[in-house]
Formats: sequence, structure tokens, C-alpha cells
Amino acid sequence: MIPFTYARAANTADAVVHGSAVGTKYIGGGTNLVDLMREGIEHPQALVDVSGLSRDINETADGGLLIGAGVKNTALAEHRLVRTRFPVLSRAIVAGASGQIRNMATVGGNLLQRTRCTYFYDDTGARCNKREPGQGCDAVDGFNRIHAILGASPACVATHPSDMCVALAALDAVVHLEGAGGKRTLPFNELHRLPEGRPDIETLLEPGELITAVELPAQPMAAHSTYRKVRDRASYAFALVSVAAALEVDGGMIRDVRLALGGVAHKPWRAWKAEEVLRGQPASQQLFQAAAEAELANATPLRDNGFKIELAKRTIIAVLGDLSGVSA
Amino acid sequence: MSIIEQAKQAAQGVAQTVVQKAVELAPESWLPGGKPDPLIHQKHGLIGKPVSRIDGPLKVQGKAPFAAEFPMDGLTYAAVAFSTLPKGRIASLDTSEAEAAPGVVLVMTYRNAPRMKAMPVFMSEAKAAGGDNLPVMQDDRIHWNGQPVALVLAETQEQADHAKTLIRLTYEAEPATTSFAEAKAQGTHPGLFMGSPMKQEIGDAEAALAAAPVKVDVTYTTPRHSHNPIEPHAATIVWQGDDLVVHDASQAVTHTAWSLGNIFGIEEAQVHVTSPYVGGGFGSKTLWQHQVLGAAAAKLAGRPVRIALSREGVYRMIGGRTLTEQRLAIGATKEGHFEAIIHTGTAPMTHHNAMPEPFILATKSAYAARNFKLDVEVTYLDMLANTFMRAPGESVGTFALESAVDEMAVALGMDPVELRAVNEPEKDPTDNKPFSSRNIVEAYRTGAERFGWSKRNPVPGSVRDGEWQVGMGVATSTYPYHRMPGGAAKLTLTRDGRMQVEIAAHEMGMGTATAQTQVTAERFGLELDQVSFAYGDSFLPGQVLAGGSQQTASIGASVVAAQHALVAELLKLAGNDSPLAGLRADEVGGMEGGLAKLDEPGRHETYASILSRAQRDEVSVVASAPPPLETMHWSMHSWGAMFCEVRVNSVTGEVRVSRFLGSFDCGRILNAKTAASQFRGGIIMGLGMALMEETQFDERSGRVMNPSLAEYHVPVHLDVPEIEVMWTDIADPHAPMGARGIGEIGITGVGAAVANAIYNATGKRIRDLPITLDKLM
Repeated sequence: MIPFTYARAANTADAVVHGSAVGTKYIGGGTNLVDLMREGIEHPQALVDVSGLSRDINETADGGLLIGAGVKNTALAEHRLVRTRFPVLSRAIVAGASGQIRNMATVGGNLLQRTRCTYFYDDTGARCNKREPGQGCDAVDGFNRIHAILGASPACVATHPSDMCVALAALDAVVHLEGAGGKRTLPFNELHRLPEGRPDIETLLEPGELITAVELPAQPMAAHSTYRKVRDRASYAFALVSVAAALEVDGGMIRDVRLALGGVAHKPWRAWKAEEVLRGQPASQQLFQAAAEAELANATPLRDNGFKIELAKRTIIAVLGDLSGVSA
Repeated sequence: MSIIEQAKQAAQGVAQTVVQKAVELAPESWLPGGKPDPLIHQKHGLIGKPVSRIDGPLKVQGKAPFAAEFPMDGLTYAAVAFSTLPKGRIASLDTSEAEAAPGVVLVMTYRNAPRMKAMPVFMSEAKAAGGDNLPVMQDDRIHWNGQPVALVLAETQEQADHAKTLIRLTYEAEPATTSFAEAKAQGTHPGLFMGSPMKQEIGDAEAALAAAPVKVDVTYTTPRHSHNPIEPHAATIVWQGDDLVVHDASQAVTHTAWSLGNIFGIEEAQVHVTSPYVGGGFGSKTLWQHQVLGAAAAKLAGRPVRIALSREGVYRMIGGRTLTEQRLAIGATKEGHFEAIIHTGTAPMTHHNAMPEPFILATKSAYAARNFKLDVEVTYLDMLANTFMRAPGESVGTFALESAVDEMAVALGMDPVELRAVNEPEKDPTDNKPFSSRNIVEAYRTGAERFGWSKRNPVPGSVRDGEWQVGMGVATSTYPYHRMPGGAAKLTLTRDGRMQVEIAAHEMGMGTATAQTQVTAERFGLELDQVSFAYGDSFLPGQVLAGGSQQTASIGASVVAAQHALVAELLKLAGNDSPLAGLRADEVGGMEGGLAKLDEPGRHETYASILSRAQRDEVSVVASAPPPLETMHWSMHSWGAMFCEVRVNSVTGEVRVSRFLGSFDCGRILNAKTAASQFRGGIIMGLGMALMEETQFDERSGRVMNPSLAEYHVPVHLDVPEIEVMWTDIADPHAPMGARGIGEIGITGVGAAVANAIYNATGKRIRDLPITLDKLM
């Protein structure tokens, strides 16, 4: 292992001062970063441990939640207000990883976890533009069963692996940041990038910028929400496709909807097009089908992952059916 | 009868059952006309009891030393760098930066490795243990993507791991064959397994198939599988002068010692291989390049070496199961009698091993038919040598055979259990030998009853529970009885009445030491705690491969032979003052801590008394098991019926196995607890094979892309339902203890049972493993 320094940040200001140095990475639970360091993918010279900072979950004035970036996944999933007001988030978290990992993993770290593309992980035997910009991509024509069907580029077809983030995408979360230039907020759906020509740049974070909290705006509809994950075994596998959804139905009409997909793109995928089709229409299987078709209209299959297009559609339809009570 | 009379009689009855009978000596061989092992009649002894594993307390306390846990002064730690292309040569090599890294003791490459012979490849000679026969770091040639190209020794594992990344290598690539289709286009060759062609024709199967009124003729495919024992391969190695000591994780200590002697040009007796505890082997813990490299580096550095492969290292250096493409055709009469069975196909292997995946083996003995055509063809790929993995041949072969039988049942409109009964052979259909013991119809009957098979709706897709389609499937499981030549054991009886068994056998977690302690105690009339079982050491007698599910029989036959020698010796020592005076060995047996006359148990003397009077502290004998002639006279196989219930999600195609039952006919079961674990473990591995296991071998580069348990899926707890196992416990009169091996049969038939249940649930026939959800959408 390449030697690195480790320091525990006393507070956010302290973290940002140290975290801005070149070659420095923040570390939360370390459940992804330490693996990547062991595998030789990440080589930080310095680690600033921020896992002790901002571990609170506070109710905001409007009835939303402000979740500290250091909150453990387990604590967030089992929080009473999360389970009652935002069940989609709770369900998404427990659908991911294992109990042990969720006990360590933090909210901030979960947002910044990296893809599971096997070519990205093979630093000696495969080419990867995300690992080595400009090197080429061996996944485009290789094993790409778990790869993207939406928003990919010739440079990168990797997916974002998080479950929690799919719920956050649906819930219009806001990310609180602090860096050398001060504090700012960013809509969660703008945090992650599509790969385009630079898949190595995965978020809009400035160098040294730290995620301090995630804010969930009040959203009464979110009390009526769920998460469904489809994967290759019953537990401890990344999503092939997942759907986070919240629905407000009144007298058979869809008053409002939030829908996001996981396992399909380089970022947690907010299904804006599907929402557009659904909003204000009478709930029906035909409508759900039309919404799913609209969202997946531009989906592009690779060698191994064509099934994901149909799987995403079916899962969207099933989840909307469950939430609306309008089933086939 | 008065109450007092009744009580008296009852008391006498109890007393009568308490009076033990001596256990007579077992025959030294199981030839025709010979009598069976008397232990097959013991119904009240230790045989079959669910004794907890004797190594359990040590393991849960962390006190059982595994291969990578032997402490040594001055130990160095090894890390291995792997090639990144499948074929070519090393064009440039710069180790200077690695050598200068902190803690580095040695960087070994082909330039400075000691001169060694190639590994003798498995099955090329009696004690050959090598996974391949390539030169080990002797030249600049690259033969597979992942081949070791350099080894670093350092003071800590972390230093070695880091320094390995500083080795600068460039390669000159040569054209490689890494695509199965391309390899097939270059031609196929008849597979040779242990010297004989994997090819057999009886009658004219193609003509009989063409003429048959009902036929199934389809292709099944199975992918590569990688070995994933919970303990990755490891060895702690030291040279003591010219003698080599290897603490290995091994299922072949004697074979490994002989092979390492061969490689380094020293005598077998100069190589001491120990392997007291092994965290699973499944066919993979033989000799691979890591032990050779570790020993070479230890020699070069003059220091002991620990080489513990990373999980990735296991995927790159230790062979797995190769892929198969199998044609399975059955022609049947309208009544369901099989006229022709054709099982042919192709599996890739390499030029540097000898392992054509023998997928036709189960088909040779399963069903009656007059016409057979069996053929395993091989193609050659530039890849890591493939090898044995739990039930090589049968595991993937029964997927094809037993799926096809199910397809035939559908074509005939017959119940699949009934169809199998209709085709039950009277003798082995391809070698004409009588079966030593075959009660598969009984296993099916009891299994079906217990599982509730009669509740199955034969119409596919007709049972639904919300989104889930529910179905039941069944398949035959089978694995042969083997007993390899070379078994031998040493028995030592001490004056305190204790017995030590010593044999170069293996305990990889399956319960060998426990079951054999039970058997030995029963034979000699001892208590469990009076018997100790020493194993896992090449200096002990015998060459007892823990493979082919043959250890139980091999150890059993060896102990029987040694018992004869020991009893003869004891009768001599007993002399004329003993109650045993004048008795022959065949007149006595083990009972209550000593020997007794078989038909006159009152003539008894304890072992302690015999030794004491003879003024001997101990008496010991070594004896060899007779050659395994029983398999020349009988077709010897274990059998089972696998019942499976699945739920298939109609939206997503997800499969959940909701119930599973294995009903086995494996002869006598020696330990109900460890046997149940063996069966269940095999079935779980079979569920993995059915639904998720697949090595992603990138056919462009020959590189394994998922060398990690995160990306290579095996079942997690949630994937495994309650698994019920049961057995006939009908002793095989021609096997020691009446027992046939049980280590591998559990994985066989599972793939087909799952696939057949999925067909029943959905009407979809999946002929390509693993059955992932996309195939069911």
C-alpha cells in the first residue's frame, strides 16, 4: 500500500482546510474508499476522517429533514421520521449492501461511492477512461450486464451503484456543501454528472469541497412511497434495475409523482419524462406503460444489458401499480 | 403375569440389550462371495450417530492452525504479480524500484528463480498433484492471462503487496486462442480422462433416435466456475538444509510431497507436507504454482515464506471448472422406455493439463437403454488450466441429462418420477456389471412422499401466488463410489487402552476425523474418547487423496487391514494365560475395551490387560488396504432424488428457491450430523450453479473479469431455503462400513431440479446456466 497520512477532522472548518490539499480525500465509513485503495484504484496521499462530524438528523422548520453527512446508513434507515415520512429512503438503504456495511457507511460517502464496473477495478489488466482518462473503455464491448442503458457515452457505460441515492433523487434532496470558497447548496439531481467525455469527473464538487448534509424538503406525498430493487440474488448484490417512487393519487387521478431509477445510468436517474406523462392523469396500467415507455425511449442496449430496458419498464409499471392500487 | 414378574422380565430385557456382542473383523477385501463388513449390521453402536465434529471446539476458539497461521522465526511474506495478456513473452522487466521498496527481501522472476522441473500434472503418475505442467517462472513465456510473472518477498504482507505494484513489465503479444467458438473452429479432439477416451458407443444410437416415436434432442450449456473455498490457498514454507517443510492447505499431502520432491530434485522423504485443517477444497487444493514459487523463493532468500493468495490470486492461479456445451438426445417408445441416449459435446481445456470435463459419466449408469452414444470432445484455449470442482462431470452432466429426462416426461405426458422408474436398469447399462446396491426407486418414493410431490400440478404455469409463479421439479443425483489404490494406516494401541489411528488423509471440514473416530471405536470396542485420529501429514502412512468422494472408503479399508495385523499381534501377546488363549483372529472381535470370542463374549480380555501382562507400553502395526477390486466386479454408485420448489417472479424473472429436499441412497451413513451438512453444502453449491455462479472470462483477452466474491455470485443466506435431507441408510455390502462417499453427490442433479421446477412454474425451459432473471423475462 502506498503510504498516506490520516487525520481526524475536529470540525467542518478544520476538515475543509486540510481537505483542500492536493491528493487529499475525505473518508467516512471507508466501506468503498478503503476497498479502492486496497485494489490500487485510489491512491490518496492524505485522508481526512470526517465520519465524526455532523451525525445529527434534525427536523427542519417546514417538516423536512436535515441529515448530517456523517450519519450512518443504519441510523438513517431506522430513524422514525424517515420511516414514516420518507419510507422510500429507508427501504432503499436496507436494500443495499449488508448489515455490517450499513453500520459503517455514511450518508456523504454513499453519495460518492464509485462504480462496480469490473474493468474499472482491473487496474493492471483492462482499459478504463474513468480510471485513466483517455485510455479507452473495455466495458463497451465486454461484460456489461450491469452497465448503463441511459445517458452513457462512448467513453463510459458505467453505472452508479447506490440504492440510497435513487431515493434521494426521487425526493428532490438538496446537498449542503462547504469548501474553501464557503458554503453552498446543490440540488441532489445536479450533484452527479453523466460521463460524456470525462467519466473520471463524477460530480460537480469543487476540489476540497465537503458534503456536510443532505436536506429532504417537506414532501407529504413521500409518506406514500416505496423502493423496489431487482438483482441477481436475494441480497448483497447491486441493482440491475431499481425504482424509487412516491405517488399522490386523489379520486383516481395522479396529482403528483416522484420517480427515479437505479442501476441504469452513470448517475441516479430521475425519471422526469415519466413523471411528465403521469402527472394529472387518471391512474391506469396503460398510463403507467406510457410513462415507462417515455422514460426508456432513448435507452440504448449494450451487448449484455438489453434486458434492462424491458426490466426497467416492468418494474416501473409494477411499482406504480402497487402505490396507486391500480394493478393489471 | 404378576407385576413383579413383568418387572423382572423387563429388567432382564434391558440387561440383554446391554450385553454387547463383539464386532468381528471385517473382510480384507470385498470380492464376490466375500462377506460384508460386519459394521453394516451394527444398529445400536456409534455408527450413524450424530456426533458433533471433534475439531469443532478448536475451530470456534480460533485454535485450529490453518496453513497461513504457522508461526516461524524470520518469516517473509509473498505477493505475486500476474501477467495481463494470454500469450506471448515478457519483453522487458524492471524490478529495481520494487527491490528498493521498504521491507523487500527478494524479487523473484524467471531471471533469478532457481532451476526447477515442471509440476507433474495430476493423473500423469500415481502421486502427481500438479494443476498444470508448465515451467514455473523458468522463462519469459506467457501461457495464460493471470500467470505469475514475479514474486516479491518482504518483511510484511503490506510491503510485499505494495512492492509488487512497482514491478515494470512489458510484453510482446502473440496470437492467442481465447474464444471458445474460435477454438472449436480449429477442431475438437477426443477427451482422454485418466488415460481412457471419453467415448463410448453401444448399438446405433443415432438410428434408434431417428426411429423413436418420441424424442428430445437439445443442447445445454454451462459456464466456467471458479473455486471459492472460504480459506484462499496458502502455504507456510521453510527449507531445513535440503529438506523442505510445507504447511499447506491441501487435499493431497502425499501427492504434494512426492510432486515437490520431483520438482526440486530431492527425495519424497525430504519433503514434509502438513495440512491439519483446511477451509474447504472442492478439488482445488492440490498442487498449484504458488507452493512451488513459495518454496523456490524460500530457497533463494534462505528464509521461511508465507504465501497466502488473495481472493484475486485464487481466480488467476487456481483452475476452476471449464465451460461445457452438451448435446443430450433421448429416443423413447410411447410407453416411455428409452431406446437411445446420446450425450456428446465439447469442453475447452489447455495444452498444459489433462482434464476434459467428463460430463458423460453420470449418463453411463443412470438409465436402461439399448443404444448409447457418449463422447466428450475437447478444444484447446490459452487459459488457466481448468481442474476438478465438486463432482467434475456429474455436476454439469446431470444438468443436461436430468433436464432432458424432464423434457421427455413433458413430451410423453408422464410424471417425471414415474418415467425414471420405468427406465430403471437391472444392471449397469454401459458396462454390464451388476450394481453393488441401488435403491434409487426407494429414494424417490420416500422423497416424493415427504416433499408432497403428489400435490404438484403437472400443467406448467398453472400455480400462482400474486406476482409469483410456483413450480416443482425433480432430478436424479448420482456420484460413483471410488476407492483409489494406495490406502494404508498405522494403528498404535497403548497400555492405557487408547488407540491412535495414523493415516495421511485430510479433514477439509467434511467431518472425516469425526466419522472415522466413530468407526474405529466401534470396530475395536472402544469409547470415542479412547480413539484419536491423526491425519493431514505426508509422513503418515498411505496415499489417500481427499477427492472423488473416496476418503471414507480408503480410510475404512486401510483401518480394516491394520486391524487384522493388530489383532494377530495381540493374540500372540495374549499368550496362554489369557481367556483368549488358542483363539484365531477370525474367532474374536472388539468389545468393551478389548477382544472377545465372537460366540462366547465371556472370553474377553481388555487391550490394557493384554499389553500389561506382556509388559508392553504399546503395540503398533502398519498395513495397506487391498487393491480396490470391488469396483471391477460391481457398478458402484450413490444415488439421490432432488426435489425442488421454486417461485419465479412474473414481473422481473427473479427466482427464489422456496423448498428443497434431497433423498439419498449412499449406503450406510456414518455420522448423521456431518453427513447432513455435506449433503446440504453440496445442494447449496448446486443452487449457486443453477442460478448465479459464472466466471466472466473475457474472450477478447482471456482475462477473468470478476475475481472477487462481490462480483462472482454464490448464494447468500437469503437465497437458501430450509433444505431437508434424508437417506435410505441401506448398507452397500461391497463397501467398507457399507458406506459410499457422500462429499460430491449433493451438488449433482440440483441444476436440473431447479430448471425443471422453473419449467413447471413458468413453461419456460432454460438450457443455459446460470438461470438469471433475464432468461425468464
